[in-house]
Amino acid sequence: MSLGSSIVPILVTSLMAMVPIVLTSVGAVVSERAGIVNIGYEGIIMISAFFGAIAAEVSGSWFIGLLGGAFVGALLGMLHGFITVYLKGDHIIPGIGINLLAMGLVPFGIVAYWGTAGQHQVPDTVRVPNWNTTYGNISPMIIVTLVITFVTYWVLFKTPLGLRIRAMGENPEAADAIGLNVEKYRFWAAVYGAALAGLAGAYISIDWVGAVTKNVAAGRGFIALANMVFSGWNPLMALVGGFLFGFFDTLAIWVQSSQVVPWQFVQMLPYVMTIIIVAGIIGKVRPPKWDGRPYKRE
Amino acid sequence: MNEKVKGFLKPLAESLLAVFIGFFLGAIILLAFGYSPFEAYYWLLRGSLGSTSGIASTLSYATPIMLTALTFAISARTGIFNIGAEGSVYFGAIAAIIFTNIYGNVLFGLLMGMLVGAMWGLPAAFLKVFRGVHEVISTIMLNWIAWYAVLYLVTGPYANPSDPNKTILVPESARLPLLGGSNLSVGFILAIVASIIVYYILWHTELGFGMRASGMNPKGAEYGGIDPKKAIIWSFVIGGFASGLAGAVEVMGRPPTYAISQGMANINGYGFDGIGVALVGRNHPLGIIFAAMFFGMLRAGTTMMQIGAGVPLEIIYVIQGIIVVAVAIPGLIDIFKNLRRVRA
Repeated sequence: MSLGSSIVPILVTSLMAMVPIVLTSVGAVVSERAGIVNIGYEGIIMISAFFGAIAAEVSGSWFIGLLGGAFVGALLGMLHGFITVYLKGDHIIPGIGINLLAMGLVPFGIVAYWGTAGQHQVPDTVRVPNWNTTYGNISPMIIVTLVITFVTYWVLFKTPLGLRIRAMGENPEAADAIGLNVEKYRFWAAVYGAALAGLAGAYISIDWVGAVTKNVAAGRGFIALANMVFSGWNPLMALVGGFLFGFFDTLAIWVQSSQVVPWQFVQMLPYVMTIIIVAGIIGKVRPPKWDGRPYKRE
Repeated sequence: MNEKVKGFLKPLAESLLAVFIGFFLGAIILLAFGYSPFEAYYWLLRGSLGSTSGIASTLSYATPIMLTALTFAISARTGIFNIGAEGSVYFGAIAAIIFTNIYGNVLFGLLMGMLVGAMWGLPAAFLKVFRGVHEVISTIMLNWIAWYAVLYLVTGPYANPSDPNKTILVPESARLPLLGGSNLSVGFILAIVASIIVYYILWHTELGFGMRASGMNPKGAEYGGIDPKKAIIWSFVIGGFASGLAGAVEVMGRPPTYAISQGMANINGYGFDGIGVALVGRNHPLGIIFAAMFFGMLRAGTTMMQIGAGVPLEIIYVIQGIIVVAVAIPGLIDIFKNLRRVRA
């Protein structure tokens, strides 16, 4: 298969691969704009992929599955938000905890709930219906992702609510002084970020991949964080970056099937690209000033 | 109570409370999936502490996670989150196999494992210091890169021609001696010694003082003539030594394998377990020794638990995850005190 004839399928698959990264990045942008750093998105994606699949199978509805994933993500966001916002705890450690929890809960859950080790195939009847084109499957979630990205951008930069959210990450003291409830804004921004990661998880298990595996997130939670840095904390740029990462992900699979280099090196490509892009971009962008710092009223 | 005793007892109580929460919520999850938590915990304990071989197994599982916990703790004391222990373990293990097959000597194997592990700590250190890349992102990406790189070596050039399930073996002349007829190697003692050395470096040397000072307040440290960049690079390097040693000890001192097995099953996960160990041990080398034995106990008991109670062994990772989330709750003890006050 030459690259020329496969370029359109590669681009279509890139769009599919883009969805979880963009959703998670856009949520992370909102959370960090409000000052909350969450490195637990990887775990949130995994846990939501698991519960999203259960929700879809129990209800017989892919829609409930997607909602269920987002809901479980939101619950984990509440846990993280409660520790970081209300108890003024460290932002990184609960994120690590959520990731570790996911590394246990998902393999345990696959065995305990479905009785299979390592992976569970989601039945086609509860998978999100895709358009099957000659160039590959196209999921409606691509459109949902675009809508979420543009609406989030619009709210964050064009509305008073967005101004307030951004104030929580730039200058919470001033926001507090004019009577805004810093904790409330920060908490719900964290929950929004985690809910989108949850949606991303459910998308992987009941739409794109159609399976729950031990490695269902495969580093995408962290790639999404890298993409957030790349975007300069801007949802529209996160869309561009997410497409690029999706492209490398897909290209890796294409190069692998052509067997030019050992497959292990091809698998490294998305991670190597992540490091190179972030290393190249950093210094040019600046995170919100109060990002990751607990705010305590004096 | 004097302040020093209080400063020691409170974190201890908080760690114990976090462990309790982990087991309690773990029990609820077991019940929810239709297992008996009593049976699971009974077999877990019996498998890990119920026999001499169980205890030996507990201590040998404690060995690598004690070392990877040191990696995380050193960085945390320097004010960064080095999650890259996992990658250094892989490289330490493969280096020990490669170099002991060139020259079959115990010390040479350990040394090369440590050196290669430390070298794998450098990319993240340089990215942090010179490019400002957050170490959480870089170390996780480097873990994935290490995974595929070492997997290539394990399944390709160093695959065992007579056994497709593992790599070539560490030669007998380079295997760590076992302690008193048990399956526990001197690797355990090496891990304890490493903990004491790290304690000494952090609290009794100028380098360690600089590391802790820049961890507490990088700007203040710089003003006081300490170079935080140097502190960060050293914390990655010393951390890499510890995790590289973990990998080397695992392949050189764990009978009967003495190789990397298929899918790298016998060397993966220690980096992440180490994070839990470090946090429960409060990032203190002496706390880590005990926390590692506790987590080692969890790992050693899983086989018995799976056979005796039919509970999937992954439940212990669930419990570990809950413990880490609970450790992250600041002033855990105070919250419980306040709850009591509200009720009373």
